[in-house]
Amino acid sequence: MTEALAAVALVFEPYVIAVILAAAVFGLFVGAIPGLTATMATALLVPVTFFMPPVPAIACIVTATAMAIFSGDIPGCLVRIPGTPASAAYVDEAYAMTKQGHAETALGAGLVFSVIGGIIGTAVLATSAPALAEVAVRFSSFEYFWLVLLGLTCAVFISVGDPLKGIVSLLAGLLISSIGLDNPAGHPRFTFGSIELLGSVGLIPMMIGMFAVSEILRYAVQGSGEGEHFTRQIGNVFRGMWGLTRRYWASIARGSALGTAVGALPGAGADIAAWMSYAMSKKFSKEPQKFGTGHVEGLIESGAANNGALAGAWIPALVFGIPGDSITAIVIGVLYIKGMNPGPTIFMTNPAQIYAVFLVFFLANLLMIPLGWACIKAAKRILEVPRNVLMPIILLFCVVGAFAINNTVFAVGVILVFGVAAYLMEENGYPVAPAILGMILGTMLEEHFITSMIKSEGRFLGFFERPIAATLGILTILVWLWPLAKWLLARRRAAA
Amino acid sequence: MKVNDAVVGAALIVLAAAILVHIQPYPLIPGQQYGPALFPGLIAVGFIATGALLVLRGVRRGRPLFEPGGALRSARLATNFVAICAALVFYIVAAEPLGFLVTGALCLAALFLKFGVRPPAAIAIAVIATLVIHTLFYKLLRVPLPWGVLERFAW
Repeated sequence: MTEALAAVALVFEPYVIAVILAAAVFGLFVGAIPGLTATMATALLVPVTFFMPPVPAIACIVTATAMAIFSGDIPGCLVRIPGTPASAAYVDEAYAMTKQGHAETALGAGLVFSVIGGIIGTAVLATSAPALAEVAVRFSSFEYFWLVLLGLTCAVFISVGDPLKGIVSLLAGLLISSIGLDNPAGHPRFTFGSIELLGSVGLIPMMIGMFAVSEILRYAVQGSGEGEHFTRQIGNVFRGMWGLTRRYWASIARGSALGTAVGALPGAGADIAAWMSYAMSKKFSKEPQKFGTGHVEGLIESGAANNGALAGAWIPALVFGIPGDSITAIVIGVLYIKGMNPGPTIFMTNPAQIYAVFLVFFLANLLMIPLGWACIKAAKRILEVPRNVLMPIILLFCVVGAFAINNTVFAVGVILVFGVAAYLMEENGYPVAPAILGMILGTMLEEHFITSMIKSEGRFLGFFERPIAATLGILTILVWLWPLAKWLLARRRAAA
Repeated sequence: MKVNDAVVGAALIVLAAAILVHIQPYPLIPGQQYGPALFPGLIAVGFIATGALLVLRGVRRGRPLFEPGGALRSARLATNFVAICAALVFYIVAAEPLGFLVTGALCLAALFLKFGVRPPAAIAIAVIATLVIHTLFYKLLRVPLPWGVLERFAW
């Protein structure tokens, strides 16, 4: 109880509240502008949070991302361009509603059910993470090895259609993670005499490159693409929301639950949650024929799912240090910088700060109602911001942000290389998420493997001698064998 | 630009070979059968396997080795792409001697003009935006951005 009170005291401080409000406005703006994503908002915020105490630093990121995922719905609804990838799943549906004169309902549903999805996701996070931590405290290097491997496996098989390219991306990430001195033997690897590379490449500049610079490059080769302008005045977005809540309560519950679960899986975040949820909604709907023609049901379910996913991604990030999506991948870096090392013991060493994070999640979702409403009202103005002015300014922000981490221009080189690399990967159908996960988890995977091998005196069977480790190990192997089994089955069926 | 799977696969195999050569002299952990070479070695094996599969797939599909797309659709878009990279390279080279204010403003102005902002507005916004970012990071966040040629006027 004292921890909860301490958490309240940590959050309800004028400085923290001011940071939350500023981050909310920033997040709403970034989300509402097509081409700027929630992950990019996080990457740009890191250099700023660098100079804050832990709680406002985390609060800043939590608030900005929650707002951005909601406000990504706005341009999708008004001009048929999703503001963030998380809104892409239902952009046609929302735009169809706008064309039929139901823009208010579409925007209102986006707002209200984002809030509900976010709150349900947060409730799951706040209850399941500490419970999971109780179990995870007893984990040894064997369990962690399998857990990390399972996480990497998920990233390859969930995030994309082409697992082969996913594996290549993952291997590239693992290779990058092996650069530098940070390995069990402390031997410099792939440094080629560079002092900068001894400390590895630097996670934050890498993220700024992959998520911000690559988006700017993508903008640059897209041509003008300013899109259509929206001129109509928007009325009361809250009308009829209570009716929708009562009518579609099952959709809301299903979307929030699926979203949170997908978010918690490593490598899959809000965008995949929205796609899966939209498909699920259509499957379970009583009127599936209406989907795609301006029907609100799918919008409600996947709108709740993407905000639920945001909270869900924090579960593995906090308990195991395994990021659930690209946002928490960056967050883990911030947590380490702030001395809040993720892992099951964080709930014992920093309980007040962790409860403060949960509290900020609730607060951010509640704040979304008035601020999101204001954002919808201002949408016309935000969509008029000229992108040819905005993008170069963001680029300079990236440069300064990367420089600020270690005060070297080496980091500027890193954002350039990784920006171009991420652009080329996406262009050729190589998913970026597995690479990110590989970079973050590579060191952990190697460390737990070597420790386990030393403990079991070089016997690989040692990885299966503890019950939880054995379960996780078998599960991982099954996931790897699944595509093979599917292929064999398909061949037999084709032969028959 | 779309690259044929076979080209990517071949590149991965070459990379894997380079890794395998590079890790040969790595020592073992005392008293163990493995050392820092183990993981990069496994990654290299992974690259060879996936690289071979990509080569196979690329050859079977028989597409051209390189297909223009994205940036290479038009000269204007290609130069847009190059302009952003060039701005970053220019920053890396010039930030220390010229200082943040001059370099930042030059980069911004050049990119604004490239993206079709009208000249007077481009220059005005470039100067103002650089000053704002400088104030935010140098004054408020205490990031030691270089002064360069403006050292004598540092504020």
